[in-house]
Amino acid sequence: MMTSFFDQFMSPSLLGIPLMALAFVLPWLLFPSPAPRWLTNRLLTLQGWFINRFTSQLLLPVNVGGHKWALILASLMLFLISLNMLGLLPYTFTPTTQLSLNMGLAVPLWLGTVLIGLRNQPTAALGHLLPEGTPVPLIPVLIIIETISLFIRPLALGVRLTANLTAGHLLMQLIATAAFVLLPLMPAVAITTSVILLLLTILEVAVAMIQAYVFVLLLSLYLQENV
Amino acid sequence: MADRPVPIVEKRLMDVKLGELGTWIGGRDFTPNGIIASIRRGHDRYYNKYINVKKGGIGGVAMLLAGYIAISYLWEYDHIKHDRWRKYH
Repeated sequence: MMTSFFDQFMSPSLLGIPLMALAFVLPWLLFPSPAPRWLTNRLLTLQGWFINRFTSQLLLPVNVGGHKWALILASLMLFLISLNMLGLLPYTFTPTTQLSLNMGLAVPLWLGTVLIGLRNQPTAALGHLLPEGTPVPLIPVLIIIETISLFIRPLALGVRLTANLTAGHLLMQLIATAAFVLLPLMPAVAITTSVILLLLTILEVAVAMIQAYVFVLLLSLYLQENV
Repeated sequence: MADRPVPIVEKRLMDVKLGELGTWIGGRDFTPNGIIASIRRGHDRYYNKYINVKKGGIGGVAMLLAGYIAISYLWEYDHIKHDRWRKYH
């Protein structure tokens, strides 16, 4: 049976239940709901601090009308960051490597921001398609370009997350295989490869967090324009 | 010290005698509500024992993650067993 390095991204299932189900439920288990106490346990305190800081930071540039999105943006951030970080554990499955999931998150949310803009302030929303100060002959071309850039946003959001995570996982698997295979042959090279693997793992942790943040940040940006 | 007689079904699992095991399993609540209630109970027990404590350390979450890794390994075993000592990956 021919196996490839991409097999790690196939959705494994046991008795017909996909592992994705477990991977989805786990973030819910890791974030306990706030307790009706003033001083809570350490996990809850940390979680509350993080969510407060993150939401206040994220919603700084957004008008009051956009503050309705605070809940969904904060929960999206928590969801993505936990999915990405959990995927770095051995043998686990990262749902965000599946393009279907990321597009499923990106398209509805992006469409929501566009529709809100078109509904509440249609002139301003359409006005975004033409940057200020463009020379008159360029106007038609620029409108076409801006429309294309508007419609490519959900695609970019989804594909960015998928590509970053998939590439990271793939690289880790490749370098790990190389280090493992080289160990009996050339130990010195194997040690170098292991060091590279260590650095790559640190990078992956950073990428996991950053990608989640970028996703949510861009969404808030689109919201800001439109609300 | 004589314990008051308790119906078998309501005993905790560790208190059930081996002979009573069949009765115990037969009498438990396997409806969806019952299963959700048992998951809730298990979750509360774990949470209150390891996480909801004054100076909870990394252990509570770490045990959960270790269990998750173990279950993921089991789930993917059929797929991973081809990787054992392959010459070409």
